[in-house]
Amino acid sequence: MAKEPKPQEIISQINYNPPQKSWMDIPVEMKEGMFCYGAKEKSLQTLDFPNVRSWSVLEEDWKLPEKWDKIVLEGIAERLKKYRSFKIFMDICVRCGACADKCHFFLGSGDPKNMPVLRAELLRSIYRKNFTAAGKILGKLAGARKLTLNVLKEWWYYFYQCSECRRCSVFCPYGIDTAEITIIARELLNLLGLNIEWIAGPAANCYLKGNHLGLEPHTIKNSIDFLVDEIEEKTGVRVSPTFNRKGAEILFVTPSGDLFADPGTYTCMGYLMLFHELGLDYTWSTYASEGGNFGFFTSMELAKRLNTKIYAEAKRLGVKWILGGECGHMWRVINQYMDTFNGPADFLEVPTSPITGTKFENAKSTKMTHISEFTADLIKHKKLNLDPRRNDHLKVTFHDSCNVARGMGMFEEPRYVIKNVCNHFYEMPENTIREKTFCCGSGSGLNASENMEMRLRGGLPRANAVKYVQEQYGVNMLACICAIDRAALPPLMNYWVPGVDVTGVTELVANALVMKGEKKRTTNLRGEDLSVEEKADV
Amino acid sequence: MTLNDSLSKNRESIINRWFDLIVDSYPQNTADFIKSEKNRFANPVGWIIKKGIEDIFEGIIQNKSDAQFFPILEDIIKIRAVQEFAPSEAISFIFLLKQALCEKVVIENNELFAIESKIDTLAGISLDIFMKCREKIEQLKANEDRVLKKSNS
Ligand code: SF4
Ligand code: SF4
Repeated sequence: MAKEPKPQEIISQINYNPPQKSWMDIPVEMKEGMFCYGAKEKSLQTLDFPNVRSWSVLEEDWKLPEKWDKIVLEGIAERLKKYRSFKIFMDICVRCGACADKCHFFLGSGDPKNMPVLRAELLRSIYRKNFTAAGKILGKLAGARKLTLNVLKEWWYYFYQCSECRRCSVFCPYGIDTAEITIIARELLNLLGLNIEWIAGPAANCYLKGNHLGLEPHTIKNSIDFLVDEIEEKTGVRVSPTFNRKGAEILFVTPSGDLFADPGTYTCMGYLMLFHELGLDYTWSTYASEGGNFGFFTSMELAKRLNTKIYAEAKRLGVKWILGGECGHMWRVINQYMDTFNGPADFLEVPTSPITGTKFENAKSTKMTHISEFTADLIKHKKLNLDPRRNDHLKVTFHDSCNVARGMGMFEEPRYVIKNVCNHFYEMPENTIREKTFCCGSGSGLNASENMEMRLRGGLPRANAVKYVQEQYGVNMLACICAIDRAALPPLMNYWVPGVDVTGVTELVANALVMKGEKKRTTNLRGEDLSVEEKADV
Repeated sequence: MTLNDSLSKNRESIINRWFDLIVDSYPQNTADFIKSEKNRFANPVGWIIKKGIEDIFEGIIQNKSDAQFFPILEDIIKIRAVQEFAPSEAISFIFLLKQALCEKVVIENNELFAIESKIDTLAGISLDIFMKCREKIEQLKANEDRVLKKSNS
């Protein structure tokens, strides 16, 4: 470690008034812990993406194609024509600053280029220079600049520091959605083979094998069989899921992460228990074995490719409709983009609960219903035998996942479910939940381990609100309905708010669910002792 | 007047000055924001720094033990540890208290040593916490890599 300077030395070194430089004059500096590793040759090749080669972020030479700048400018021109929103977002920002302090990455890092307005300016400045008269003539005076290698690297650094969460857009008086600007910027970067491996790898796996983890059919079956054994041990009930079953009424799709990593596995056990208890005529698929869509963090074209397989599989199996598990961006894709990509899914029927008869009209076109909607409807119609006291050791708060909240507008259903299966529920402060929810800091494919510092910074505003309810009410459980949250929130809590654990909502449901023929439940799904007298005993 | 008396008397102006000195190490538009936004949830970094230095200051006046300072210092250092600061930079906020004191109160020679060594001790504790935070971050990274390996095997 470097020699510690003396106090006076440190004081004398600190510059209290940093010179105010224009953001354009501050070159990008790649800092360890803040970025994810570059996409591997193999992943780019599998996806049939341009500029397949091995490269390293920290090396000077990114091995770009000749005339890379021409490719980018043509890419911008094409997208200006194709996406009216992009053109509008490039033109109408008045730089009022209302969005500036609303980004969790800015709040946690203090880096001005994480202000949504500045993030967008990184691209807008190039747009002005090349596509507007004022920018062409006035240059820097009109906020325009030339596309250089440094600008490209800056794009790469900061557009992979935006989790496409859309919080900033809630505060913009013009409705400018910086997430959409990031989406386009990442498309442009991908024209040059500039992805991150944490996105390109899972997307390639999904394209090749049907899920982000690259699990093959037998592995998927083995994992679920293992969970089936676990369920039997805890409840005495043997559930019997089916796979790739033609003629089933419902196809169930969920993120593959839930098959493997805790605490997602408990949520997965929850699905299996709930569907068994209902006697649902459903099937898993080992081909459409991924709800999530890392293609969405790459380009619209790849998002479409990966989304297609869910519908192709639904068609192949001849199901009536699709039920989707707890996931974030899967729902944003379904709710906002699927219909344009692959819809309308006319070969399917409007999802209708076989238990309550409720027709989910909101899913009329996509034919895909969210597990929280489905469960809330069951509870509303009193179709589940629940003993919420089994969750009495928990003081629960709920994290609205950005994509489900802002991308889909679902706020009430998960809360309704939680309140019916838990006796102790506490909301975080108003400016940190529902449409103003703070991102976990790891969304849009940024949940690698090498950028942990960035994730912890970005997650600080969320963690800070959890800490508040921990202090006020003794909250010890953070519930969510997103698989990336279930992977990303545990380390976040571990660092900022030790003592708070993370759960999926369906895990809470399953613990409270009194199943037909179950043995006396002595532990919850995690194997922790249940101190509650069984409902039947009272 | 003893040093403690004058610290208590000038509490607010010292803390405000100390806060400004810390926040001015951020780029200017960030610093402006951190200073102006008072809501705990809209401005977590500002709120945690402010609360943290108030508690540290109170601890000094009340002559708290070194052990009692650990939890007080922890929240600020956790932030510094993820904001890419070198160890010396991460704990420099403690030394800025000296600067604030020099500007806001007259310290008698016989008391100078005591307060200076208190601040130096706090810097030492801060460094320990900083190293623990960095270890924790490395551990979180390693945990995730392990889970990934398991799923790929
Ligand atoms: S979309 Fe989210 S991460 Fe991206 S700039 Fe806006 S607030 Fe920040
Ligand atoms: S709030 Fe909207 S108009 Fe204002 S600076 Fe942000 S993006 Fe531009």
